[in-house]
Amino acid sequence: MKLPGKDMWLWSVPLAIALLLWEFIAGYVVRDPLLLPRFSAVIFSIYALRGVLISDILVSLLHFGIGLGLAFAAALPLAIAMGWSRSIFKAIDPIIEVLRPIPPLAWIPIAMVWFHLTHYAAGFIIFIGAFFPILLDSYTGFRDVPRVLVETGKVLGCIRDRKLIKYVAFPYALPFVATGTRVGMGVGWMCVVAAEMFGVSDSGLGYRLFQKFYFLHQMDYVVAYMLVLGLVALCLDRLFRHFVEDRLFKWKRGIVK
Amino acid sequence: MNHKLEIRNLTKTFNTEEGELKALDNVSIEVKPAEFLCIIGPSGCGKTTLLRMIAGLEHPSSGKIILDGKEVKGPSPDRGMVFQEFSLFPWRTVIKNVTFGLEIQGIGRDERYRIAEKYIELVGLKGFENRYPYELSGGMKQRVAIARALATDPAILLMDEPFGSVDAQTRNALQEELLEIWKRTKKTILFVTHSVDEAVYLADRVAVMSARPGSLVKCLDIDIPRPRKRTSVEANMFREQLLMLLSIERSKASISV
Repeated sequence: MKLPGKDMWLWSVPLAIALLLWEFIAGYVVRDPLLLPRFSAVIFSIYALRGVLISDILVSLLHFGIGLGLAFAAALPLAIAMGWSRSIFKAIDPIIEVLRPIPPLAWIPIAMVWFHLTHYAAGFIIFIGAFFPILLDSYTGFRDVPRVLVETGKVLGCIRDRKLIKYVAFPYALPFVATGTRVGMGVGWMCVVAAEMFGVSDSGLGYRLFQKFYFLHQMDYVVAYMLVLGLVALCLDRLFRHFVEDRLFKWKRGIVK
Repeated sequence: MNHKLEIRNLTKTFNTEEGELKALDNVSIEVKPAEFLCIIGPSGCGKTTLLRMIAGLEHPSSGKIILDGKEVKGPSPDRGMVFQEFSLFPWRTVIKNVTFGLEIQGIGRDERYRIAEKYIELVGLKGFENRYPYELSGGMKQRVAIARALATDPAILLMDEPFGSVDAQTRNALQEELLEIWKRTKKTILFVTHSVDEAVYLADRVAVMSARPGSLVKCLDIDIPRPRKRTSVEANMFREQLLMLLSIERSKASISV
């Protein structure tokens, strides 16, 4: 557990310098808002967009939620089965390894044909992006449960696999599941933009960003959306760390910190 | 038949990549109720395998294990086991480790906490109930493991070099505490060790095993009255006898290797 100390505000100085540099270079060196809009112009754009921004964020979060939720629900049982049984792993692994390298964006045509212009189309792309990190990290957790813990579980009465998984493997693997989910959230958020941009949606942050560029070349708006994308992801990650990792894994402190 | 545990003609052969490996050869032992039996032998003699078979974690190739008149078929909480180390569930606090077996049996929360408190007090860890394993020393961890094994009130306690990885002074203290626990609970204890000193200090009877494939060389009654003194003349005589038996076995092992 890190205590807030002297270095708590350390980040603010480099950030201020970076923003001032941006403002200066855009205003006095580049001097073309199409190539590089000024920071102040971007802030004004965010202010001007305040009416639509919230609904765009909500739509994108809906896509993200659908994709991440389904990815988690599908990846976790599969990870348990693969980690617990060597033969299930051997049977399924080739399929996974063929599908995994296909970039989520390559699934966009399939998403359009299967789900048309619904929230599920964008959700599907996010599902593809988040599924594999969650699966692979969780699988590692279930595979590596120490033998002595499994045997302790058996001796103490977990005779059937179901109980061993529930009481021994699952709690052991939970931090791995959390790591996979966090990585999956990152990849999934990148997919939000791509999915919405390339026409599987008619709203959301990614859609709006591309619209401002494609039809109007309003680069200050484009950069405004970029900033919002980054900030929303930052909030999601911080919330996850706060509510999941810091609370759930007190027992890991001795091991990792 | 007033035997607590009867081991009849037990043989165990492992199938390895280099062919069959005979770990245990025709071992027969009877253990009386409330007896403290130490099993000692050169490393690799199959003493741990013997214990694991009694625990039900390995299946005998031939022969029988009979506990309280019933043949052992698999793991069950009627045989408590204490492993050498790393057997505590790191995500559970001390008290939740101790209540584990009771929780699996479906005993209510209040009841299992009441039972666990009793055993935590017995092993001298009152006040540490809510600590996580990473906050405990090696000796404390083993005390928790003992309390956990006792909590389900097993018919017999199996201990596989439980003090093998703690420092010498802690080890002496743990041995004294174990004798106290034994006196109070009147459990039958099977204790595997490679330490002659430990066997002579603890045991009613010491079973000496041969080098691989392990068989029973001799059972030695340690009839020193309790409480024992580690440095007494009788203890030294038993030590010498055991050391001699072991050195014969070790020299046989080195010839065959």
